[in-house]
Amino acid sequence: MKSGNLERTLSDGKFTVTAEIGPPKGCDINKFKSKAELLKGYATAFNVTDNQTAVVRLSSLAGSLFLFEMGLEPILQLTCRDRNRIALQSDILGASALGIRNVLCLTGDHQSFGNHPQSLGVYDLDSIQLIKILSDMRDKGIFQNKEEIPHGKPQLFIGAAANPFADPLECRVDRLEKKIDAGVDFIQTQSVFNIEKFQSWMDEVRSRHLDKKVHILAGITPLKSVKMTERMQFHVPGVDLPTEIADRMKKAEDPNIEGFNISLELIEKIKRISGVHGIHITALFWEKIIPSIVKESGLII
Amino acid sequence: MIISAQKQLEEILRLIKNDPVFLIGCSECATMCKTGGEEEILIMKKNLEERNIVVTGCIILDPACNLQKSKILLKNVKDNLNKAKKLLVLSCGNGVQTVAEICENFDVVSGTNTLFLGEIKHANEFEKNCIMCGECILELFNGFCPVSRCPKHMLNGPCGGSKDGKCEVNSELDCVWHDIYMSYKKKNQIENFKTILEPKDWSKSLEFRRVV
Repeated sequence: MKSGNLERTLSDGKFTVTAEIGPPKGCDINKFKSKAELLKGYATAFNVTDNQTAVVRLSSLAGSLFLFEMGLEPILQLTCRDRNRIALQSDILGASALGIRNVLCLTGDHQSFGNHPQSLGVYDLDSIQLIKILSDMRDKGIFQNKEEIPHGKPQLFIGAAANPFADPLECRVDRLEKKIDAGVDFIQTQSVFNIEKFQSWMDEVRSRHLDKKVHILAGITPLKSVKMTERMQFHVPGVDLPTEIADRMKKAEDPNIEGFNISLELIEKIKRISGVHGIHITALFWEKIIPSIVKESGLII
Repeated sequence: MIISAQKQLEEILRLIKNDPVFLIGCSECATMCKTGGEEEILIMKKNLEERNIVVTGCIILDPACNLQKSKILLKNVKDNLNKAKKLLVLSCGNGVQTVAEICENFDVVSGTNTLFLGEIKHANEFEKNCIMCGECILELFNGFCPVSRCPKHMLNGPCGGSKDGKCEVNSELDCVWHDIYMSYKKKNQIENFKTILEPKDWSKSLEFRRVV
């Protein structure tokens, strides 16, 4: 399989779908592979998380390679929490040599939230510095220390996250702009529930013409249950889940169906926002819903 | 100031193991943060004696991290010192090591945990403000240090977890990037936020010795 569909689809101006697949908490890859099989054809590329929420899982590089070998295009997530600039650059050389080109640069969830809260966080770099290093590796053929890469520079399509909902709100577009200046190609946003806030963030993005400089994919997370809704509402840092949505989930006869419907409504509204280039679906422990979401919202690729 | 906290008494008792002990405090940081000043040394003496541990004497070094001064002060109390098997030091980790260097024939027990270099906010409240990175860039942030005060050392703005001016890692901690951004705004310096800061030179934090 040839990598590069994500870049091509976005460059062609098609409304693009990406989705997230979490690697297993162990070496048994069968469930991961069957999830991947189920999702094949329902997104252009698939994020493989890097020890998300600071919980140890199979590495994102190994997970990405499994997807790649199955004919799915991976997006390698890479956080600055567990690796310094030596390890990060090394992993990028490895990924690129294996044919993995899409990479999502993240600072990373703090280790205190995970299952090894006693570990030492690295944070040698932040996400913006990582973006800059990767774009310099790709475009200038140099390492962070300015030394030339002597034996083949990496081919990369560089992504990052953006949170239109976190405080201080007024700096959020500035931060997006910094990521663009650092060389980012695509952005996946925090899960959108508060559509008004997302719209006003996009208004500012468009007023600065940033939507012409970067591909923006809006985050979609289908709510599976009342418990999950409450967790997202109160305990996941950076998520803005309005009470109206939480109330709908609480009152629903079947929270699965209501969560699904809410996602479809959000996608419809997002599709109408100018400057948004696609959606990124993160269905936490509910990946099998992704094909229906994509089909029902008319986004089949 | 170096902020320390006393270890739990149970842990100190376990480390002392009923041996005769000499108590050593410090006149500066450990006094200010109520870890090893005169008052704390006297309370410790009482606590140990109530548990039938022999306290052969005590001293407050001035300060414990000054090698030459501590040598003289400890020499003055050598009679009582020599009756002890263990030395319980209530100072920062540096003071403990200075004492260990002078008193090599004793078992040195640290009665504190050294936490951070910080500010005395109120009489009993301290906050980490510097991680001694060796390359101060405070002028870029109007005096707020993201290197030491952001749990992710972020140099290019707040992460996605900043909420109502507080940090996602500890809701009692101010988000330093919130403070920096507000300060830029107030001083009409938002342009400063837009500059991408290069990765830090951490080799500067590896100085082990300085001779003037």
